[in-house]
Amino acid sequence: MNGWLLAIVQTGLLIAAAPFLAGWVKWVKCRLQSRQGPPPWQPYRDLHRLFGKEVVVAAVASPIFRSAPYLIFSVTALACSVVPLVAIGLPTTAIADVIVLVGFFALGRFFLALAGMDIGTSFGGMGASREMTIASLAEPAMLLGVFTLAMTVHSTNLASMISYLLENPFQLYPSFVFAAMGMVLVAVAETGRIPIDNPATHLELTMVHEAMILEYSGRHLALMEWAAMLKLMIYSVLLVNLFCPWGLVVDYTPPALLQGLLVVTVKVLLLGTILAFAETALAKMRLFRVPQYLALAFILCLLGILSHVILEVN
Amino acid sequence: MALTQLSLAEQLVLTLAALILFTSFLLLAQNRIVSLIHTFAWQGVLLFVTTCLMAANSGRHHLFISAGLTLALKVFFIPWQLRRLVIKLDIRRDVEVVGGPSLVMIAGGVLVLFSYYVVLPIRELSFLASRNTIAISLAVILIGMLMIITRRKAVAQVIGFMSLENGLFFAAVVATYGMPMVVELGIAFDVLVAAILFGIFFFQLRSGIGSLDVDHLNRLHEVDR
Amino acid sequence: MTALYLTLLIPLAATLCFAVIGHWKQAGTLNLLVCLATFGTSLQCAVEVFNHGALLSPGKLFYVDAFNVYLLLLNAFVGLTTAVFSRSYMAHEVEIGRVDDARMRLYHSMYQGFLLTMLVALTTNNLGLLWVAIEGATLATVLLVSLYRTPESIEAGWKYFILCGVGIAQALFGTVLIYFAAERVLPGTDDALLWSVLKQHAGELEPTVLTLAFVFLLVGYGTKIGLVPLHNWLPDAHSEGPTPMSAILSGLLLNIALYAVVRYKMLIEPALGNHLPGYLMMGFGMLSFTVASILLHRQKDVKRMFSYSSIEHMGLMTFAFGIGGPLATFGALLHMIVHSLTKSAIFVTVGHAAHVAGTQSIDKIRGLIRTQPAIGWSLLFGTIAIAGFPPFGVFTSEFLLFTATMKSWPWLVFPLLFGLGVAFAGLFRHLQPMVFGEPPAGQLPVKANMLPVLLHLLLVLLLGIAIPDVLSRWLDQATIMVVGKGLL
Repeated sequence: MNGWLLAIVQTGLLIAAAPFLAGWVKWVKCRLQSRQGPPPWQPYRDLHRLFGKEVVVAAVASPIFRSAPYLIFSVTALACSVVPLVAIGLPTTAIADVIVLVGFFALGRFFLALAGMDIGTSFGGMGASREMTIASLAEPAMLLGVFTLAMTVHSTNLASMISYLLENPFQLYPSFVFAAMGMVLVAVAETGRIPIDNPATHLELTMVHEAMILEYSGRHLALMEWAAMLKLMIYSVLLVNLFCPWGLVVDYTPPALLQGLLVVTVKVLLLGTILAFAETALAKMRLFRVPQYLALAFILCLLGILSHVILEVN
Repeated sequence: MALTQLSLAEQLVLTLAALILFTSFLLLAQNRIVSLIHTFAWQGVLLFVTTCLMAANSGRHHLFISAGLTLALKVFFIPWQLRRLVIKLDIRRDVEVVGGPSLVMIAGGVLVLFSYYVVLPIRELSFLASRNTIAISLAVILIGMLMIITRRKAVAQVIGFMSLENGLFFAAVVATYGMPMVVELGIAFDVLVAAILFGIFFFQLRSGIGSLDVDHLNRLHEVDR
Repeated sequence: MTALYLTLLIPLAATLCFAVIGHWKQAGTLNLLVCLATFGTSLQCAVEVFNHGALLSPGKLFYVDAFNVYLLLLNAFVGLTTAVFSRSYMAHEVEIGRVDDARMRLYHSMYQGFLLTMLVALTTNNLGLLWVAIEGATLATVLLVSLYRTPESIEAGWKYFILCGVGIAQALFGTVLIYFAAERVLPGTDDALLWSVLKQHAGELEPTVLTLAFVFLLVGYGTKIGLVPLHNWLPDAHSEGPTPMSAILSGLLLNIALYAVVRYKMLIEPALGNHLPGYLMMGFGMLSFTVASILLHRQKDVKRMFSYSSIEHMGLMTFAFGIGGPLATFGALLHMIVHSLTKSAIFVTVGHAAHVAGTQSIDKIRGLIRTQPAIGWSLLFGTIAIAGFPPFGVFTSEFLLFTATMKSWPWLVFPLLFGLGVAFAGLFRHLQPMVFGEPPAGQLPVKANMLPVLLHLLLVLLLGIAIPDVLSRWLDQATIMVVGKGLL
């Protein structure tokens, strides 16, 4: 019972904290560029404002267009429940499989692309096709990275992966280094950050995610934006907890939980800061170079598997 | 020996070995000449650190000398000389289009697998903690060869050649804690001379055929037409 | 022992010396004298080995036995006679302005440097140094190949550099593997790469590692031998460099690379207990022999044609060493000598012929025998010798090889005969107009020193008619070293 409660609280926390992370990244970025910048909690205000606004839907919109925001948000929220944030060994562990997670994302993306094309504007279609192109290249790399980890920990279940790493003494796995590098690249591509997509602008010719949600307004738009923030949050938590799992708690006493929460917050904020640094230093790349970028991620993950086979197994 | 039985320093050697392989792949994909030279220098740095670690782990102090040679030649001298030549020949901004980059990358991956299977019987025989990296060193050698084959620019070919030398040095270090000192010195001397000769050749190529593009080297044929 | 050290020190000193004074007018003569001195000391070295058996230097760094001392002598001799030729040839090149002072310094310095690396490769006891020396030989000659700075020569130089560099790198990996195997038997010593030590422990070395090592070594040194399909650099380097260079490349470098492979075969085959290295060598040898004899037909450059002939003969020798057995090995060792002598004589003659005609193109060299009979006859006899006609020595060695093949692999005689026939047809098809054709108007004889050619061809003739007792006993000793059993 305690576990279920914790799982629900953890999921809620993840969903609630997601806008803050997005705001934090934006804030750090502004600081780095010597600008004043909105405070980190600005996304909450934006969401609140959007929820209050009237929804305008195109006359040609089909039910898919209307239902997509709810679908996408709930799928992403469901994905949140899979990710171990503070504690592991919760009842949700049973479905906490990385492949399930990838499946959730794929489902969300499917509806996002459908919604983008639904109205029939050229931007929506363009964004959808780009999104699918990137996804089709990113997904294999992501899965390969996951399999690299799975080869060491003998599981694709997130909770058992992490607990394997926590239970065994610290080892320097060469394959993990590669998998981490590859998955960071994939995460950047999947969450639509620089250098793949720029979440801050609506530059017609380069946008991917923004192009698909161009027709949305009001609470629909709010849900869509929130879902995107959730995705960033999920990837961040996943990266820090998979490759640096120390600090996750196994027993559910309040002090331990509090400490775990503190540690994970610091880790995620740190990752957010690094992301902000990277986004400031890098320029957005041309769309045609994206396949090369993702090929690098794929090669990294492949090298991860190879180095596991060559260096670690005996 | 499974990874878990190794000390942390030995695990670090394995990770560094994997990173050396990664720099090889980067060299394969990199298409700007200056970045290529930098990546090559980084490979040298990794090699240097690995050799030092091996020396410290095994207590074979003559490896420090080899490591020093690597640092001097592969990290400082050769990249410095290449950089100087690239600036002098004014090809700093040259971008080389690697034909079929993903295909080349996949070929690189295949080479890694190939070298793994080739050295599998050797791995079984070694007692060294670093024995798993022999396959990596062979892969670095073969990827260097692949780079020479796929690249059309003379500078890139030279870097491929030198990275191949890196692989050989690495092989010697991880398989047997380095070659005897006299051989090590001889090899270093050869590499030094080769680096200087390559420099001379750049100028000859430039003045002789007006380009550092080896595609222009097409006058001699197997059979005369 | 002193003789051995002197043999190595004289070229070393000369290399450094010529770097400064190589453009001096009399440098060619000095070069000749240096080679003469080297030849003298190596002769003394050979006498010592012949009388007292194998020599091992105090630091165990050098080791001279019956097998390598005869190559040492051959090396010094061909170096000497080529120096005779080089003196007049390079003087002519300076005269017509193809090379300047700086390049003459480079040329003379590297001529000696090349001889030095060859001698080190032959005499060293350390298999690692063997590699270093052979790689050094590439480095010494690579700038000589591009000496004329024409686009073709630069291309040839670059190809030579890259291909040989890459190829020989495989040999170093093989050497590392050998060291790896040796370290298991002799842990913690620095002697594990010494030939004299390894030979004693050959039986204890790990067969799987040795097999793998031999493949890498064969590919590596095979590039240097010019084995098909790794031969591409060879015709280019031979045809574009100065002719004395072609003579010593073909006469010496290829031999040394083959020597390295045979050394490893001597070490590895007994340890393996099977004939795998031999089969590999037979396969590559046969392939090179056949392909080169066919490609020989389609050449338009006379030096290229003869370099394909070199590939063909190196293939034949590799094949013979691969067969193993006393007869084949004896034949191959003899063939190393006669090929070396004949081929360098041919290159010398071709160099003069190219001066007469002003070009290396086969189509433009015509009527040598009328313009300058000495060159015409030399080219004719040289080609007859290299094609394997009696009474020249090449016939003898090839006859031995064929007999050995007939004994152990009867059906392989047919491709061999076929290859020889094809090569013969190719050589003579091109040779006939060059020697007997109508000379173009205004073709004048040049100043040529035919002494080296005469000397080489006479020696080859002598070896064809009667092998001196000393030499045959000597070769027999070497055969015993290589295959463990003598012929006599």
